[in-house]
Amino acid sequence: MGDAVFAGFARASGGFVLLLLGGIIVSLFIGGLAAFRQFGAAFVVSPLWNPVTQKFGGLVPIYGTLVTSVLALLLAVPLAFGIAFYLTELAPAWLRRPVGTAIELLAAVPSIIYGMWGFFVIVPIMAGTVQPAVIGAFDGIPVLQDLFAGPPFGTGILTAAFILAVMIIPFIAATMRDVFLTVPAVYKESAYGVGCTTWEVMRSIVLPYTRVSVVGGIMLGLGRALGETMAVTFVIGNANRITSSLFGAGNTIASLVALEFPESPAGSLKLASLLALGFILFVISFIVLAISRILLRPRLKG
Amino acid sequence: MSTTMNDRQDQISATPGMHARSAEAIKEPRISIRGLDFYYGSNHALKNINLDFPECQVTGMIGPSGCGKSTLLRCLNRMYDLYPGQRATGEAMMDGVNIIDPSVDVNALRARIGMVFQKPTPFPMTIYENIAFGVKLHERLSKSQMDERVEWSLTRAALWVEVKDRLNSSAMGLSGGQQQRLCIARTIAVRPQVILLDEPTSALDPISTLKVEELIDELKHDFTIAIVTHNMQQAARCADQVAFFYLGEMVEVAPAAQMFTAPKQQRTQEYITGRFG
Amino acid sequence: MSATLSADGVPSAPRNEAVARALGRRRSRTNLVVKALCLLATAIGLLLLASILATLLWRGLGGLSITVFTTSTKPPGSNGGLLNAIVGTLIQTAIGTAVGTPIGLMVGTYLAEYSVGSRISGAVRFVSDVLLSAPSILIGLFLYEILVQPVGGFSAIAGGLALAVIVIPIVVRTTEDMLRLIPATLREAAIGLGAPKWKMITLICYRAAMDGIVTGVLLAVARVAGETAPLLFTSFGNLNWSVSLTQPMASLPVTIYQYAGSAFEDWVQLAWVAALLITVGVLAINITARSLLRGRK
Repeated sequence: MGDAVFAGFARASGGFVLLLLGGIIVSLFIGGLAAFRQFGAAFVVSPLWNPVTQKFGGLVPIYGTLVTSVLALLLAVPLAFGIAFYLTELAPAWLRRPVGTAIELLAAVPSIIYGMWGFFVIVPIMAGTVQPAVIGAFDGIPVLQDLFAGPPFGTGILTAAFILAVMIIPFIAATMRDVFLTVPAVYKESAYGVGCTTWEVMRSIVLPYTRVSVVGGIMLGLGRALGETMAVTFVIGNANRITSSLFGAGNTIASLVALEFPESPAGSLKLASLLALGFILFVISFIVLAISRILLRPRLKG
Repeated sequence: MSTTMNDRQDQISATPGMHARSAEAIKEPRISIRGLDFYYGSNHALKNINLDFPECQVTGMIGPSGCGKSTLLRCLNRMYDLYPGQRATGEAMMDGVNIIDPSVDVNALRARIGMVFQKPTPFPMTIYENIAFGVKLHERLSKSQMDERVEWSLTRAALWVEVKDRLNSSAMGLSGGQQQRLCIARTIAVRPQVILLDEPTSALDPISTLKVEELIDELKHDFTIAIVTHNMQQAARCADQVAFFYLGEMVEVAPAAQMFTAPKQQRTQEYITGRFG
Repeated sequence: MSATLSADGVPSAPRNEAVARALGRRRSRTNLVVKALCLLATAIGLLLLASILATLLWRGLGGLSITVFTTSTKPPGSNGGLLNAIVGTLIQTAIGTAVGTPIGLMVGTYLAEYSVGSRISGAVRFVSDVLLSAPSILIGLFLYEILVQPVGGFSAIAGGLALAVIVIPIVVRTTEDMLRLIPATLREAAIGLGAPKWKMITLICYRAAMDGIVTGVLLAVARVAGETAPLLFTSFGNLNWSVSLTQPMASLPVTIYQYAGSAFEDWVQLAWVAALLITVGVLAINITARSLLRGRK
């Protein structure tokens, strides 16, 4: 009797989680339905966001979301790999735990703090030092001068990507460290046994051995970056346009939703458009996170 | 070079305390260990070990679990360097160099002293790349030279016939016994002078075990071999001289035939007759 | 140059030691460079954490005073505090934890104890893992759609429930992991005494896994206490003192969001104080949770 009730509760809770996910998808879709109906597939490819003419399109925030996240990965992955490599193979034993904990604490800092830190610490550095120097250095070089152009406001796509990178480094590093640790010691010893250096063991044995899970960890970081709101909202400059310059302002789905929501009355087409963007963000991050889980599961369960 | 050394009766260890039976059989040992101590942190795991590994002979190391025989093996290629808190003191002389000394280039040392582990450890790459991997670290060979080297080492490891048609498939697809012979091939491809075998057959079936044992017999013409084994029959079959370890000490070393028929020490006798361990 | 092989493929010549040494030197140089880069990467990581903490202390400590804890937020220039935001964060975090923990616990129990061979359990685990990293702003939108909009107003309840949705997958993960670590012998011993399965789970397994489960709950608390995005559309924020669960409610993160970008110096100062408080709180809970789990080994 008690058994049946308890098991029933447990199963119902499991079902509830499925419902939760379904509920999120459905509610976002229904909320965005008016926008999808109004604009059709053009919603995804239109760069317009004009409350006056009631024309809304998602191209700019979708572009901004993808570009900032991918740039963040490019910055974060080498650093995260270095940290994971250092923590698993290089650091003296007494340092591994405190340094590992410190890196994990970086992941625990609330994202709004990253936003503030980015706004008050990183943006001035970008505006005062990094951007003028880079703009000067690349002046006259084709492609690069367009990629790094514009007034050095300090905010923009690159700054947002940098803050995102700092935020996802600990996630990627911790996952990489955990999967590196799953490589049996005897494989590494065999490689050392033929005279490999530490780096050669990492490159030729550990990385190939854990390749799938490492990609899974990177995807996990990407999933985090895609939906990050607060850190980005503070530093991206919030402009609904696509510029060729990485120093230019832009927006992401999450930052646009956070900023525009207060001025979007219930039932308005604008709110529907925001919810439609939310639906698109959910689909993108669901795909990325699903891939990450599929890649990570076998190794970490091992 | 050691064809005259095959008669076990003539084999002599130059370890102090052992009587040389005939002077002409004394040969410069490949590695000579004197007063070696080893510590896992504060745990004194090997105590004052003195042991010689004669050139082109098989030295078997036996003893109960935790007696220090594997630890000694891991001293010889400095595998303990990987782990903080583990350290060795004393002498292990090879070609006039103390290989325990921290100044020794361990990567070069490991090219001269290869190791095969208890569990087969094929690297996550093709069969060919498994062999070529170690060679490339230390030598610059042309493609054809490398092909020859791969064929040579696989042949020496009695694996060539079985894998020559699938050199470019993953080594993970081989059977356990084949994987272990691949690991042996990988080790000899680097052309070390010494091969360390850490219970190389304990994860294998009897037929694969037999093949590996035959291989050891064959390889000792060119390599000095040290083998740790739990299996006393294996020690008797493969080894020229046998050393018995107990509680971190080397109790006795003797030619294999003598060790298993007339051990000098009481503890050795008790172990080989199965009274403990 | 390199070792020659005789006709039958046997390497007859000894290894060319000069080549080996040259290769060895290059390889150890590469190794050193990579090691140095990794050290640098780690140093950068630590430096970033240090920079964040130092900035918070430097900017936040100066504004810390007793009025921060005794006064609610006020218009600029009138010496306001953070009392309503602190209380609001505590209330909403408490709602989120109180609602999310039992559900997460039961889901974790289901996955660890009742899911053998079930295909649905695989889906539940997968969905829970995806929710673990799902964008929190969308969870806020979800609660807005299903609760705020139908009811017609922002409320602390909606904020707390949004946080609960974030709590659930965190508790699920640790609960399942911890229950799976319990040795089969312990279960068999309990069953052997004639205990029904649910008593075995609640009386034996939960107790054995207690520190791990508590760790999970603490990590969840630390995570949601600092969440901003899901609260923007649910509890919204409230500049006045309010503990009514059906009214909009302030919280530290939302207050930071509103104040940090403002033009008023005293508001920006309060934002730094709030940032310091929330970060110290979150990190302290995090460290406590970790040390709990460490005591296990």
